[in-house]
Amino acid sequence: MIEIENLSKTYSSRHGCTKALENVSLVIPRGAVYGIIGLSGAGKSTLVRCLNLLEQPTGGRILVGGQDLTKLSGKALRQARQKIGMIFQHFNLLQSRTVAENIAFPLEIAKLSKAEIQSRVTELLPLVGLAEKANAYPAELSGGQKQRVGIARALALKPEVLLCDEATSALDPQTTFSILSLLREINITLGLTIVIITHEMKVIKEICTHVAVLHQSQIIETATVESVFTNPQSPIAQEFVASVFPNELPVELLQELSEKDQTEIIRIRFLGENATQPVISDLIRGSEVKVNILYGSIDHLRSTLFGSLILELQGSPEQLANAHTYLKSRGLEVEVVKNGA
Amino acid sequence: MGLDFFEPVYLAKLAGLLVPAVGETIYMVAAATLLAYILGMPLGVFLVVSSPGHILPNPWVEKTLGTVINILRSAPFIILMVALIPITRALVGTSIGTTAAIFPLVISTAPFVARIVETSLKEVPEGVIEAAMSMGASPWQIIIKVLLPEARASLIMGTAITTISVVGYTAMAGTVGGGGLGDLAIQYGYNRFRTDIMLITIAVLVVIVQAIQSLGTAMAKKMSHS
Repeated sequence: MIEIENLSKTYSSRHGCTKALENVSLVIPRGAVYGIIGLSGAGKSTLVRCLNLLEQPTGGRILVGGQDLTKLSGKALRQARQKIGMIFQHFNLLQSRTVAENIAFPLEIAKLSKAEIQSRVTELLPLVGLAEKANAYPAELSGGQKQRVGIARALALKPEVLLCDEATSALDPQTTFSILSLLREINITLGLTIVIITHEMKVIKEICTHVAVLHQSQIIETATVESVFTNPQSPIAQEFVASVFPNELPVELLQELSEKDQTEIIRIRFLGENATQPVISDLIRGSEVKVNILYGSIDHLRSTLFGSLILELQGSPEQLANAHTYLKSRGLEVEVVKNGA
Repeated sequence: MGLDFFEPVYLAKLAGLLVPAVGETIYMVAAATLLAYILGMPLGVFLVVSSPGHILPNPWVEKTLGTVINILRSAPFIILMVALIPITRALVGTSIGTTAAIFPLVISTAPFVARIVETSLKEVPEGVIEAAMSMGASPWQIIIKVLLPEARASLIMGTAITTISVVGYTAMAGTVGGGGLGDLAIQYGYNRFRTDIMLITIAVLVVIVQAIQSLGTAMAKKMSHS
């Protein structure tokens, strides 16, 4: 749906040049919920703003639905933008318009007839759960409600792509959750491709199908969400994963354990139906190691179960090797945290 | 001179002087403010949209416009009024009288309006303009549907400020026979030492200014939804 090819953006000022994006290439498949995560200053906002040319890239191409946006200007660009919805961290609603009038705004821009606007607004209000608030002004709404207006407004022209620029960063955790659920629902029911810029891994965990890690103006990792969570490659990605699934063991405990002989500490990450299998009891039976559970967690990625276990295994080197073979045969990611002396 | 305010003859004479003067003042203020907005408002819009990073950035337009506005604003109204006499005469047919005073009033007020409008429009958050751009709005649509409506409460307050300063200018216009309350205060209050008329004129001006400000504040409040 969206192809980004060698995208670069350099800001030049009197004090020299600042590179915001360097040779960024990404392919965002149709229907995906694509998360782009990075620390502040990584270039995330610049990247998403390049996707509808709010920011003019200094190099590279952006193809949305096969059309190269960087070649467009004036009226053609404005028409292309109507097919790309966008929501913002600070909502950016028109304060002088009611909820209904805000949703009508993009339809007026596209010069639809009064009757068409009316019917589209009536359709959208219940979709975002704001039928009761049609005549309220933004100042009378909560943050979550404002973002719902933002979403309805972005969907008004039936876009194929929805860009979310830190759309939940100004919201409390509960509201964030409800907004993310709404976005997921829209993704499923309307088949909309969603691009989400965030610095919060929990956003990625809730709804994304794919993730790209942006670090110091470059994409350093791209993968499906499942593989990033089970097997993060870059240190930054590992940190992000640890931010939602903290699994560091206390140092004292590790020290104590490492003094034991024939002991190994391993971390297993499991996904989907593996989470419902009796792995531990089969492990004990199959390899005859002694198993001590040090840490365990289970959560979900989108709607798949995702778990992490830290185990202490005791046994002869042979038994330990058997244990590894068994776990691998079950398709589990095994990481050795610490080897016994 | 007896100053019996309750003497019917006195009151009648006073009314005979005041009523036409108030009428002239209102006429000058209304006409000058309206024309100054017709001229100054588009200038204010151009100043904003042509500024760097705005919807139609154009340093050349911004600089030129800014300079012209500053030059016009540097000349004190009373000087400008006298300097414009030949042009006024050519345009209006005369340089004396209420209608003739309107032309220099407009020339002096329009640049002021441009700056006031500029200030109001700059208050519209960048994010809102950006949101409109992301929806494919044209610069014209952004001006008409975003900038002006979003700034309307502030624009109304600006109009009150402008109108009040025009009231002050019309008093000066009195000195060249412009008529109105300023003329009355100078002719009777100052030249003929009629302190009573001077005081009453000031009182009437205070009431007019108060009325304009209160109306402006009330309208702005009604229009503001933030």
